[in-house]
Amino acid sequence: MAFAVEIEDLTVAYGDKPALWDVDLRVPQGVLMAIVGPNGAGKTTLLKATLGLIKPAAGSVRIHGQPYEQQRRLVAYVPQRSSVDWDFPTTVLDVVMMGRYGQLGWLRRPGRAEREAALAALEQVQMADFAHRQIGQLSGGQQQRVFLARALAQNAEVYFMDEPFQGVDAVTERAIIHVLRKLRAAGKTVVVVHHDLQTVPEYFDQVALINVRRIAAGPVREVFTEANLRATYGGRVALLGANGSAGAVTTPTPAPGD
Amino acid sequence: MLTPQLEVQLIAVIIAAACALPGVFLVLRRMAMLSDAISHTVLLGIVLAYLISNSLASPLLFVGTAAMGVITVWLVEMVSGSRLVREDAAIGLVFPALFSIAVLLISRYTGNIHLDTDSVLLGELAFAPFDRIELLGIDLPRALIFGGGALILNAILLALFYKELKLATFDPALAATLGFSPAIIHYGLMTSVSLTAVTAFDAVGSILVIALMVAPPATAYLLTDRLPRMIGLSVAIGVAAALSGYWVARWFDVSIAGAMATMAGIGFGAAWLFAPQRGIVAQALQHRSRRERFAVQMLTLHLLNHESTGDAAIECHPRHLIEELRWPPAFANAIVRRAEQSGLVRRQGDVLCLTEQGRALARDL
Repeated sequence: MAFAVEIEDLTVAYGDKPALWDVDLRVPQGVLMAIVGPNGAGKTTLLKATLGLIKPAAGSVRIHGQPYEQQRRLVAYVPQRSSVDWDFPTTVLDVVMMGRYGQLGWLRRPGRAEREAALAALEQVQMADFAHRQIGQLSGGQQQRVFLARALAQNAEVYFMDEPFQGVDAVTERAIIHVLRKLRAAGKTVVVVHHDLQTVPEYFDQVALINVRRIAAGPVREVFTEANLRATYGGRVALLGANGSAGAVTTPTPAPGD
Repeated sequence: MLTPQLEVQLIAVIIAAACALPGVFLVLRRMAMLSDAISHTVLLGIVLAYLISNSLASPLLFVGTAAMGVITVWLVEMVSGSRLVREDAAIGLVFPALFSIAVLLISRYTGNIHLDTDSVLLGELAFAPFDRIELLGIDLPRALIFGGGALILNAILLALFYKELKLATFDPALAATLGFSPAIIHYGLMTSVSLTAVTAFDAVGSILVIALMVAPPATAYLLTDRLPRMIGLSVAIGVAAALSGYWVARWFDVSIAGAMATMAGIGFGAAWLFAPQRGIVAQALQHRSRRERFAVQMLTLHLLNHESTGDAAIECHPRHLIEELRWPPAFANAIVRRAEQSGLVRRQGDVLCLTEQGRALARDL
C-alpha cells in the first residue's frame, strides 16, 4: 500500500512535559482520516509538528515517500480559524489567492491564473459571491469555507485540517464534507483533527486515536471500538452502538472557545 | 536652489513617507511598540559605530544601527520567549537598557561631538539644511539624501516583497508551510525599520520616528479595509502631518518635530472619532439606527399579536408602548413616527394599525 503520510517516532515536548510521545502514524493515499482524542491530547500539536511549525524533539515525517521538507508543494494546511486576525484589511479573493503563493515562490506576483484558480476554489465551497467582501464581514462558517478554498487553491495531494467543523453552521458542515469526498474521489488524502466522535463513522474511512501517545489507528471499522475509545478518553465515553464498534458515541468534550 | 524652508519641508515629507511604509506592517503585526524600542536602541548602534570608526559619516553607522535594531528585536523575543515576562514588559526592559548604555557612552566618551541626548528625542529638523554633503556634484542636505535613500529602499522592498509581507503578516503558519520563512520576513522588516529609524532619527528624533511609523498607518487602518489603500493612505497622512506640522511650528514658533508628531496625533484622533464606518461617531449612529430598526420590528410584531384581539384598543394605543414596553416617551413617539413614515403602521383614531406592508414584515420576523 502506498502511504501519503508516514510519521515516525514523533515526539514533541513543551519543556520536559511531552505533548506527543513517540507517535507513529501512517495514512494511506486517497483516504479521509480523522484524528481524535480528548482536549490537550496533542492533536493540533501532531499537525503542527508534522508540518514543521513546531520543532519536534524527535521523529521524521515523509510525504509520498520523501521527507516533508522536499514535498511542501504536495501539502496544504487549513489552520484553526481563530489563528488569524479577521480584521486584516483584505478581501476573500485575496486570502484564497494566498494558497497559490507557494507555487509562485519568492518575488513573482500573482496574476490572472492565480485569480482564476482562487475563484474556482471559491466556487467549490459556494463562496464565489463573497469574493470581493472584506474578510471581517464573514460569519464563522464562511470564514472556514474561505480557509478551505485557500487550501483547494493550493491543488495539493495531502490536506491537513485543524478542526474545520468547529462551531460551523449546517450549510458549512455539508459544504466541507462534500469537498472532502470530492478530494477523496480525486485520489487526494485528507487528515482532519476532529472533535465530534458521532460523525466519525459517517465522514471518515480511517481514524487515529491520540492521547499524547498513539492509542490506535486504522480503518474506522476495525479501530473505532469501545475499548480503544476508553483507552483514549478514559472512562468518559458512552457507547450507544450495540456491537461496540462504529456505533454512535458521545463525549461532550467542550473545547475551549466553543 | 531650494530655500532652507523648502528643504526642511521636503526632508520632513520624505521621512514621513519612508516611515509610513514599514509602519503599516508594524501596526498590522501589532508590533508598533517595537518601533519605539528600535528608534531608541539605534542610538547605541550609532555610538558604538562612532567609537569604532571615529566618524559620524561612516557607512559603519548604518551597519551598526541595522544590527542593533535586529539585536533589539532578538533580545525582546529571547526575553519574552523565556515566558518569565510578557512581550510588552520585555520591550520595556530591553530598550531602556540598551538606550541608557548609549547615553552613558555618549556622556563618557563623546562629550565634544554632535551627539547629544536632547537632539536624540526631538531631532534638529530646523538645522538639517546646514549639514550638507555633495552628491553627484549637487550640494544637498545630508538628511535629504539619507531620507530619500531610506524611502527608495523601503519602496523597492515593499514592491518586491509585498506578497510575502502580506502573507507572513496575515497568516505566518501558512507562510511557513508554503516555504516562506516568517522569521526571514520578520527580521527583514525589522532591518528596514532600523535603517529607516536611523536615517530619520538624526533629523527628527526618536519620538517623531515612532509617531510617523505608528500614527499614519493606525489612522489609515480606520479609514479603509484594503491593504494597498491602507499603504497609500498612510503615506498621504504622514506627508500631511509633516507639512501641516511644519507650518504649525512656524506659526506658533515651536519645535517642528513636536508639531509634526502632534498633527499626526490629531489626525488619528479625528479618524478615531469621525472615520466613516469604524469611527466612534459612525458606530454610535449605526448602533442607534439598529436599535430603532429593531424597535420598529418589535412594534409591528406587537401590533400583529394584538390587532384582532379584544384588547386591541388598549394594547395598540401609543400610550401602552410607553407604559408596558417601558419605552421612554420620546423614543416611543420617534419609533411610531418612523414606522408611519415607512408605511408599516397607520393611525385609526387613537389606535395604531398595521398596514399590509407592516403585517408582511411582522409575519416574516
